This record gives sequence, C-alpha cells and structure tokens, in this order.
Amino acid sequence: MPAKIVSFNLNGRETEVMIQPMTTVQNLLREQLGYTATKVGCRQGGCGSCTVLVDGEPMAACLLPVENIAGKEVTTLEGITPDHGLHPLQEAFFENFATQCGYCTPGMLIVSKALLDRNPQPTRDQIIDALSGNVCRCTGYEPIIQAVQNAAQRMNGHQGE
Amino acid sequence: MTEPKLNAVGQSIQRRDGLGHVTGKTIYVDDIKFPDTLHLKMVRSPVPHALIKGIDFSEAEKVPGFVRALTHEDVPNNIYTILKLIGVGPDEEPVLAEDRVRYQGEQIAAIVAESPEAALEAAGKVQLDLEELPAVFDVEEALKPGAPILKEWGTNYFVYEGHHCRRVRYGDVEQGFTEADYIIEGRYQTSPIEHAPTETTGCLVKPEANGRYTVYTNTQALFFSLDNSALILNLPFNKLHFVGGTVGGGFGGKVDVIVEPIAILAAMKTGHPVRYVFMRDEEMRVSSTRGAWRMYYKDGVMADGRIVARQVTSYADAGAYNRHTPYAVTKHAANVAGPYNIPNVHIDAHCVYTNRQPGSAMRGFGVTPASFALEVQMDKIAETIGMDPWAIRFVNAYRNGDIKPHRKEVEDATLIETMQAAAELVGHPLPEEYKAMHSNDREGGNHG
Repeated sequence: MPAKIVSFNLNGRETEVMIQPMTTVQNLLREQLGYTATKVGCRQGGCGSCTVLVDGEPMAACLLPVENIAGKEVTTLEGITPDHGLHPLQEAFFENFATQCGYCTPGMLIVSKALLDRNPQPTRDQIIDALSGNVCRCTGYEPIIQAVQNAAQRMNGHQGE
Repeated sequence: MTEPKLNAVGQSIQRRDGLGHVTGKTIYVDDIKFPDTLHLKMVRSPVPHALIKGIDFSEAEKVPGFVRALTHEDVPNNIYTILKLIGVGPDEEPVLAEDRVRYQGEQIAAIVAESPEAALEAAGKVQLDLEELPAVFDVEEALKPGAPILKEWGTNYFVYEGHHCRRVRYGDVEQGFTEADYIIEGRYQTSPIEHAPTETTGCLVKPEANGRYTVYTNTQALFFSLDNSALILNLPFNKLHFVGGTVGGGFGGKVDVIVEPIAILAAMKTGHPVRYVFMRDEEMRVSSTRGAWRMYYKDGVMADGRIVARQVTSYADAGAYNRHTPYAVTKHAANVAGPYNIPNVHIDAHCVYTNRQPGSAMRGFGVTPASFALEVQMDKIAETIGMDPWAIRFVNAYRNGDIKPHRKEVEDATLIETMQAAAELVGHPLPEEYKAMHSNDREGGNHG
C-alpha cells in the first residue's frame, strides 16, 4: 500500500510523518520518532504501558492507527516533563516511591495527568478507577495511588498544609 | 560506647533509578535502536510431544525481507542445561530442537528478517513434518511404568547422586508414627504461575568492529547468561559483552538463558544487529513458569501437639526441561519439614519431567509451595487434635541450636519472636508461656 502523510501536534510541536497505512501510534513514536517513554507491554490494549494523551484523553497507543491522530494533539511523557525539574505528578511519584521496575510508570503518569486535568481533587476511588486499566506487575499500586493523591494536593497548592 | 553513625538505616533514601523512571528516560532493552537491525522470530512446536521428521523453509524464504533461518545444525553446542555452571548435569535441553519436541511452544527454528512483521510471516510459513507422540502432563503419571519417556537416560526424573529423588533421612519416622497419638495426612497441589513481567523477555545483539558482540539484555542473570551463551556458542567469554541491569519486571522469570544464545548466533551469522524480544503470547505460553508442585504430608503428632514424625513425598513438575528445577527441589527438601523441631523426618522430593512448559525460578521457588502446604498442614493438625493454631506452632517452633533434618544447625531463628509480634499486631492474646519463649532458650541445643 502507498505510504501516507499525517500531520499532528506532538508535545507542542507541529509534526508531519510518512507512514505505512495502519501503523500504530506506538510504533510511530518508538520506531520512527525515537520517543521511547511510551512502552510496549502487550500490543493488545491490555496493560496500559503505552498510554498517550490524544486531545487530553488517555488512549492505548498500541491500538491506535496513526491516521486517527491526524490534526490532533498527542502528549507523551516526554511532553509532560518540563525542560528543567519535574511535573508535580513526577515529583510525587519519585518522592513517594511509586516506581519499582519503572516499566508501567509512564502509562501510570499519563492516565494520572488526564485524571487531574479533568478532576483536580479526585477521591481515592476515582484514582483507583482511573488507574484500573494499567498493570503494575510489581504490584506497587498503593504507593501509586498515594502519589496521585499527593500530586493533587501539590497542584491545588495544599502542599505542606 | 559511642553509637555507630548510621547513614542509611532509619533514613528514607531515594531510588537511584527513580528520576529515570518518572521521566521515561530509563532505557530498557527494547528502547535501544541501531540501524540495519534484523528481527528474530521463532518457529515453535504446535504440539506437546512429537518427532520432527522434516522442516521445509521454501515458502518462508519467499517472504519479502526474509534473511535466513537457523536450526540446531547452526548451534555449536546445542544441548545444554542452565545450571551446568554450578555442576548440575547432564546437559539435556536443546537450544533449537533436534529430532524431537517435548513441550508445546518449544523452539524449533529461528527466522531472521528485515522487519518483525516479515520474520513473523515467514515463521508462519515454515512447514513442519511432525509425528505426534503420546504426552504426559501429570507428575505421578510420568513416573508410572509405560509413561512416555522424555529423557535420553530412560526415566522422567532427575537423578540426585544416584537416587531417583532428593532424599532427607533424619531419625526414624516409622518409630515416630508408632509412638504418635495421631496420624494426620494431607495432599497439597499448587498450579503453575506465570511471572507476566510488563516488559517481555528480550535482547538486542550488536556485532562490534573489534570482533566482540555487545548483548543488551533484560536478563536477571547477566553473567550467568554470558557464560552459558559462550559455552553454547563455543566462544571465548571475552568475545561477549553483556549490558543489562535494567529489567522491566522479572520476579525470576528472566533468569533462564533463552533469547541470548540464539540472538548472538543470528548476529554472528548475518553480521547485523539482531533483536529477539518475546511477544506477549510467548511470554505467557512459552517462558518458564513457577512450576506446579504436589506434596503429600504424613505427620505423627502427640496429644500435647508435638510433632514426633513427619514424612513428606513431593513432586516438582519441571515441565520438559531442567531449567532451575533440580536446584529448586534441593532447596525444597531442605525446607519442606518447616521451621519446626521434629525428631524424625523422611523426605523424598522428586524433580519430574512432563510435556508441559518448563517451570523454573520464581520468588523463593521450591520453598514457597512447601510453605503453603506445610502451614495448611499445621492448621489441619491443630484442628484435628483440638489445639489453637498459634499454640501448635509455638510448641513445635525451632530454636537456635536445634538441628534441621538436613543436618544444618539453626543459628538465626526468629520464628518465635515473629509470631509474638504478629499476635500483638493482630490483637491475638497469647498465653504467658508463649510470650515468655524466645529463640535462644535451648540450653546448649536439644540434640546434645
């Protein structure tokens, strides 16, 4: 099949790529563009480790054809990380020991970002619900939940109260 | 005396790799990219037991992007066993199957191609001529006369110093059973468990200008894998440079040496970097599991709760090949009587081969199934003789100076203190006599 040209916004940059039809966003990011924070766990939408934001919504990049992001804004963990220092979510994950092997961490951060963007003060149950599509096989869920709670406090200016 | 200055104890110290993890800058094997990399996919056995009569690559070779196939004839020392480095033998597992496959998913031939898609398509077009054989999936069935025999030495068990199982003999269990007020028996079975790491097993091998091969791998056993790969490939150890340590979940599932030797061989044969990373279904269906165990307990118990004899017969399902199971069985035999002081013990622990996916290491392998079985058995004893389940454990708890059945003197017992602390944490009142016990209260040991 002939290659296609797709334009979209990646982490704030206007981006134009040439792809084989039905290339996944996961493959585009990792193999063509070198954005490897988006991980490969299952390639079947089951583990959440490849989650990216498309116009603010978390989506499994392994099931997402590049054609579907044409004209949209895609955000990966690279796009959330500030030029200097860390995003409050990253600080909270780091300081609360919410990482073990680290492989699920990018996906966990992406879904947490989407959650806090639409709901700055989530309840514990809402956090658990938001994280429920992401597998942490080290089973470190509790510190991850606490880190999201902690990040919500930081982002609402409640840090240290 | 001045207090020692503690720099780490009592301090909260950040993970060294934490910043990499939260920024996505930690580099895992599959994040490393080199130009001109080839991709390896495996032709696997569709059946649990068969003779290989022929392999036809002619349709696979027509797939655009196909580079080459590898079979056992390409592997210098094709038959190995992972634990040969610590003296376990004989060699019994092929890197690539020769005339026979012994489990569903066993590696038969490697396909190397320019893209993962081409490798997968070509692997799917390899025609296998297989003659299926009867298979055995149960450890006790595998030991019965007439069972399909998997091993060249003519049995389905690993041989421990001339014996059909790992044996522990201590005291006289028959005498203990005669004296006992109760005989309490139990049969316990565990199921295989897949580690399912979020990052699948894999490696990337790069041929270097100096004639060496750099092996980027997510193995949990970097130097074990280097040494085994060199032995399989007949290479001096210094031709291999293994780079690793960053593992996206392992839990014991990444200690076997499976992907590296064949990927290095493919890099040697093609001169290109070669990537061999398991797909999720390979991780689930093919990679080693925590093997299944079956354990039979027979205990002689006095009315006051003392266990005076314990006989355990256990069977580890190694699956088709050793991997780490022979070692697991030895560890199992040393622990299966439990942290209890029992004067008469008889253990037969078998390492049995079946036509199942190989079992191997996983978090305390060999000991965890024993702990499950023996603590359920302890509860069963307590229930049978009408004793408190805490009491049965205090009465039998080992102390420093006791001798374990495999003749190891207990030097670091903390069972009593742990149970005392646990009882307090869960708010379970203990009688004074148990609160007063401690692990050092055997005067000079009780075995003279």
